[in-house]
Amino acid sequence: MDAKVDYLLRQGDNALILSQQLSQLCGKGPALEEDMALTNVALDLLGQTRLWLTYAGEREGQGRDEDRLAFLRDTREFRNVLLVEQPNGDYAQTLTRQFLFDSWHYVLLRGLLQSTDARIAEIAEKSLKEVTYHLRRSGDLVVRLGDGTDVSHRKMQAALDELWTYAGEMFIYDDVDLAMVEQGVAPAAEPLRAAFLEHVAEVLAEATLTMPAPGAYMQRGGKQGRHGERHGFILAEMQFLQRAYPDAQW
Amino acid sequence: MDTPAVTASADVDANVDVDVGQVWAWLAEVADPEIPVISIVDLGIVRAVDIDAGAVCVVTITPTYSGCPAMDVIAADIEQALRARGVGQVRIATRLTPAWSTDWMSAVGRVALTRYGIAPPVQQVIDISGLRHGVKRHAIQAPDVACPHCGSHHTRLTSQFGSTPCKALYQCLDCREPFDYFKCH
Repeated sequence: MDAKVDYLLRQGDNALILSQQLSQLCGKGPALEEDMALTNVALDLLGQTRLWLTYAGEREGQGRDEDRLAFLRDTREFRNVLLVEQPNGDYAQTLTRQFLFDSWHYVLLRGLLQSTDARIAEIAEKSLKEVTYHLRRSGDLVVRLGDGTDVSHRKMQAALDELWTYAGEMFIYDDVDLAMVEQGVAPAAEPLRAAFLEHVAEVLAEATLTMPAPGAYMQRGGKQGRHGERHGFILAEMQFLQRAYPDAQW
Repeated sequence: MDTPAVTASADVDANVDVDVGQVWAWLAEVADPEIPVISIVDLGIVRAVDIDAGAVCVVTITPTYSGCPAMDVIAADIEQALRARGVGQVRIATRLTPAWSTDWMSAVGRVALTRYGIAPPVQQVIDISGLRHGVKRHAIQAPDVACPHCGSHHTRLTSQFGSTPCKALYQCLDCREPFDYFKCH
């Protein structure tokens, strides 16, 4: 597969899988405001998914549009990082997953503004405005709950310790990532990682949470299509309609 | 061609006389589907109106948010509004860059929003220059939002996200009313 198609799928699939997971919380948020925030973030991510997957499909040139890519690929063809497929869990887990994702998403999109691929830079410019709000919200809540009650602090620390092993895959570049860096399409890993860690450390300090070691072992494989078993269940729900009633339209 | 065929070219001819300024005026009457008191022109969604070489009226729009579910409705409304006024051939183009900004909202639009009970955006473009937290982060988070009901600036943010992605929830600490704030973008 063309490296750029693969790279575009990675961006689209990250947004799509996280959007799908957040959508499952619709009507189940711990407070009305949070319910709305979760679904608004899901909607933003879904919009971004459409931009990425549409471009991926055009670039691939096999006649697959955004819908075919979203609904008719199987797990092994998905290119999302493992972080976004982690379960919603309790609210501390949902929030920590979001905070780690937003922090990376923000620095990545900022880097993509300089992409030599004008269309990628455009999508990044549009997305970055939205993601700035996502990042502010999740950072605020991490501080509020981390530096909250004993119970909320304990839950946040547990979620952080649990999810930390998924916070490194985005910076482990493979041939696809490196080809994109070489072509000036994507930013290099190291500056992104440094900016990510700096931001995360700052928020966690304010939240009185202990940051796990940046050098800890990091899970990997999602970008190459090796997902956890939950991934199939996420797709089963998301793709059911198109699988049961092929080409059904609204 | 002196005597155009009666059926097909009637539409095409109708386009020849279309004046771009007139089209803008017509578009200024098309309401935003989510916030009907503001037009799509006052909201800054319409970026360009052109008549192309084939006499097709091309309206270029930009999404407020990439996931905005209203875009399809807006495109349909534009087409319908122009056709109803005799513009035969209409094409809607979408442009992502420069990304939509609340800076493009007109003064008329801001007043209309306030009267409708939604506080208009007060900051200029949001700051995406850095990730630094601390003082700056908190400063950015506290724009001086006036209550659209009583005018008080004594208000507080309830939630970054409101009834749609483009709005945040606020509450007035004087008249105690909750209200929507159209976020800066």
